[in-house]
Amino acid sequence: MSNPATGLVVDKVHVWRGDRHVLQGVSTQIGRGELLHVSGPNGTGKTTLLRVVSGLLRPEQGSVSWLGRSIVTHRSEYQATLAYAAHEPALKGDLTALENLRFSVGLKRRLQPRELRGALEQTGVAACADLPARVLSAGQRRRVSLARVIAMQASLWLLDEPYANLDAAGSDLVSGLLQAHVAAGGLALVVAHRELALACNVRRLELNS
Amino acid sequence: MTISAWQAFWLIVQREMRLSFRRPEQLLQPLVFFLIVTTLFPLGLSLQLSLLRDIAPGVLWVAALLSALLSLDSLFKSDADDGTLEQLALSGHGLTLIVAAKTLAHWLVTGLALVLVSPIVGTALGIPTGAFATMLGSLALGTLTLSWLGAIGAGLTIGLRRGNVLLSLIVLPLATPLLIFGAAATERAVSGTSVVGALYFLAALCVFTCTLAPFAAAAALRITLE
Repeated sequence: MSNPATGLVVDKVHVWRGDRHVLQGVSTQIGRGELLHVSGPNGTGKTTLLRVVSGLLRPEQGSVSWLGRSIVTHRSEYQATLAYAAHEPALKGDLTALENLRFSVGLKRRLQPRELRGALEQTGVAACADLPARVLSAGQRRRVSLARVIAMQASLWLLDEPYANLDAAGSDLVSGLLQAHVAAGGLALVVAHRELALACNVRRLELNS
Repeated sequence: MTISAWQAFWLIVQREMRLSFRRPEQLLQPLVFFLIVTTLFPLGLSLQLSLLRDIAPGVLWVAALLSALLSLDSLFKSDADDGTLEQLALSGHGLTLIVAAKTLAHWLVTGLALVLVSPIVGTALGIPTGAFATMLGSLALGTLTLSWLGAIGAGLTIGLRRGNVLLSLIVLPLATPLLIFGAAATERAVSGTSVVGALYFLAALCVFTCTLAPFAAAAALRITLE
């Protein structure tokens, strides 16, 4: 059991959507160098949990804390340290892949020239850097959004189905990135249906209806 | 190294401007609407110049408000649809700053553009050139105020499928003082009487909305993001 003050702690979180009790007292934690794999059937609140952890959604009951402090009272400090990749890649179709990254990563930290191209190269979409995001395929867009996660250099990664739309090489790429991130002391919360074959510290959380 | 609030503000303004200029048709739509409505009025009413001059300020202001309203719908909606609004909300900069930057950028490409073409419309409607300064000033204040009011409405309605109708219903009653005092200022400038009272009132409304609307719109967005 890791020390709660060094990571993320989710404490008895309840969320209702209308009269549906989506999250029923979920408690878990992620320590440094640890990955939490959230799985479960459709509609059991995996994405809802991710949104609660990111601070986008406030739980009706329970709390989430980061480094021992509530994420509600220290919202902006907390959000500056996390990288969130939702199920949709969140790219503006009219901007190029590079511009998309520049405007979202640029809000988190100061960028070095060519650094973003490096991140795009790492995910294998350097050739798409100057193409508008709307002409990219679903898999390429997923890779661009992964490049954004890398470039943010955040300590906490929140990824919703990062394997979606990716080919075999892409899946290996995601696994490699996750392992490297966790090995470097990072934290990750990954929502995925498939089994994760990762050579790192993985904790599992199965959500049921 | 983190990014200061000002740097983040300008980065968002830059982003919005670049997005607008990538879609020129969206940029031109309110302007074309403004020009069409104001040129149809004299054609439809076949007035004498003196009568036209009397109704010109009212026509100008109604057309300006409606065309500014047309463009408000897109303020947060496209970002909410493609998920980039969530990324902005999680940037660690606070929704108030994001809302303020987006609204200001929106005004620069719609409201300010409207103000800049208004002399053409003013000439067509027979407004004397001596009244142009007041017309430009009052329109600038009025459209900026409307953008702030619209940000609240747009924040509240992004989750709805036919949100633009509701948006008009929310914003138009709030915009009536703008129409009354804006048209009054222009009318007084045309007739050559003192315009300061109406302009002061518009300026007061503008300051009021500039300071409070970003917070209200951010609160509205926070609700709809959940």
